[in-house]
Amino acid sequence: MFWILAIFTLGSALLMVMNKNIFHSALFMVLTFIGVAAMYVMLQADFMAAVQILVYAGAIAIFLVFGIMLTQRGNMKQTNLFAKHTAVAGLVSLALVVINAFMVWNTNWLKSTAEPPQDTVGQIADLMLGKFMVPFEVAAILLLVALLGAVIIAKGVKKTS
Amino acid sequence: MDIFIKIAGALQDWLMNGMGLSVTASELIATAVWALVAILFILVNLIILVWMERKLGAFFQMRRGPNRLGPAGFLQFPVDIVKVLGKEDIIPAAADKPIYKIASICAFVTTICAFAVIPFAKGMVLEDLNIGIFYFIAIGSTATLSLLMAGISSNNKYSFIGGMRTVAQMISYEIPMAFSLLGVVMMAGSLRLTDIVEAQQNMWFVIPQAIAFIIYFVATIAETNRGPFDLAEGEQELVAGYFTEYSGIRWAIFFIAEYGNLVAVASIATIMFLGGWNAPFGLTFLPPFLWFMIKVYCMIFMFMWVRWTFPRIRIDHLMHFGWKFLIPVSIANIMVTGIGIYVYRMITN
Repeated sequence: MFWILAIFTLGSALLMVMNKNIFHSALFMVLTFIGVAAMYVMLQADFMAAVQILVYAGAIAIFLVFGIMLTQRGNMKQTNLFAKHTAVAGLVSLALVVINAFMVWNTNWLKSTAEPPQDTVGQIADLMLGKFMVPFEVAAILLLVALLGAVIIAKGVKKTS
Repeated sequence: MDIFIKIAGALQDWLMNGMGLSVTASELIATAVWALVAILFILVNLIILVWMERKLGAFFQMRRGPNRLGPAGFLQFPVDIVKVLGKEDIIPAAADKPIYKIASICAFVTTICAFAVIPFAKGMVLEDLNIGIFYFIAIGSTATLSLLMAGISSNNKYSFIGGMRTVAQMISYEIPMAFSLLGVVMMAGSLRLTDIVEAQQNMWFVIPQAIAFIIYFVATIAETNRGPFDLAEGEQELVAGYFTEYSGIRWAIFFIAEYGNLVAVASIATIMFLGGWNAPFGLTFLPPFLWFMIKVYCMIFMFMWVRWTFPRIRIDHLMHFGWKFLIPVSIANIMVTGIGIYVYRMITN
C-alpha cells in the first residue's frame, strides 16, 4: 500500500514538473497533494490529512487562476517554460537527494510502540493553545501583517495632503 | 428503521463467514456497496427534487409546471433522463480533451465523498470520523476545482468566465460557511457529526446559533451555485457558465452532482442546526430516518423558495456582501459564542 501511494505521489510530482501545459501541471499538483494526504491517513493523522486537502488541494484553484491570469499566451499548450540549464539543474537536484538521503539514513528515528491516539484534534488543540501558544500567536500575527501588506500594495495608499 | 444497519451488518457477516473473505476485503466490498447505495440515494432524491423544483418554481411564478406525464407531471423527469442518455456526446474540437472528459466525473466524485460522513440515523453512517465536519469542508473545497476544470478546458470564453466566477464565489463563501459551523462545534465540543446530533437532544442549535444558521444558509446557497447567487451559470450573460459546451450524459452528471450537493448541504444543515435525527417535541412515532429526511426536505424547500423569489445579484455586490458583511458577522458570532460558553461555565460551576 505504501509503495503504491509513493509511486502515485512521486509519479504525479514528476509529471507536474515535466508537463508543458501549466494547467495540466497544476492539476497533477493536486494529485501529488492528495497522495501526501493519503500518506497522512496511513500514519493515523487524519486531521493533518484533512488540512492537507483543505489548504493545499483546495487552494490549487486560486493558484490556477493566478497562473492563467499571468500567462501571456493565447494557447495553453506551451505555457510552462523551461530553463535551458538542464545539466546544472540535474546536478543540484542530485546533490540535494544525496544529502537528504544521507541525513535520513543517519538519523536515529524515535520508534514508539504505543497505540496511535484516537483523538488527534484535541491533542493538537491542547498543544497549540497551551504549550506552544506564543509561537502559534506569533505566526498568526505574521500572517495578518502579510495580509494587510498585500491589501495595501494592491489598493495603494491615498496621499493625505 | 434499524433495517438498513441490520442489512449492512448481515452483508458484512455473510462476506466474512459465508464467503470466507478477510476483514479488509469484506470491508472493501461493503464500502463499494455503500457507494452504490449512496449513488442510488442521490438519484432517487434527484427525481423527487427536480419534480419539486419545477412544480414549486411554477407555483411561485403562477404557472402550471409539468402536468402531462404521470400524476401532476411526476414522470416528466424520468422521460428526460432517457432523452439525455440518447443525446450525442459533443466534444469541442479545441477543447482540452482529457480534462474536459474528467471534469464532470470529478464533480460527481466529490459529491459522493461528501456523503461518506453524513449520519442519517443513529449508526447509519459509513465512516463516523472524529473530524467529520472538517472532512466535509475539506471535500467541499475541492469541488471548486472540477468546475474550474470544466470551465477552462472547454476553451470557450463564456465557460471560462463562468469558471473564474465559480472560483471567486466559492472561495469567498467557503470562509463564512466554515466559521458559522465553528460556533456549533464550540457548543457541541466535538467535530464528530454523531456527537453533534446527540448534543442537540434537549435543544436544537438553531436557537442559540440563529445568526450562524442564517450565515450558513446564505453561504451554502452561494456554494451550491443556486439563485440568487447563480452567477457562475447566469443564463442571461454566460449562456450556461462553466458547462456551456457539455451535452448528453456529461451534462447530466454535472446536473446530478449539483442536486447531490444540495442534498448534502441540506443534510449538514439538519445535522448541525436542526437536531439531525432527533424527533421534535418528543414525537417519536416516526422513525429517526424519516425525521431526518423531513428536515432535509424542509431545508431544500427553503433553498427553492429563495431561488425562485429573488432576482440574481451582481458579481461585485456578491463579493462585497461576502467579504464585508458575512465574514465579520461570522467572526463576531464565534467570539460571542466563546464568551457565552465561558460565562455559562462560570455560572454552572
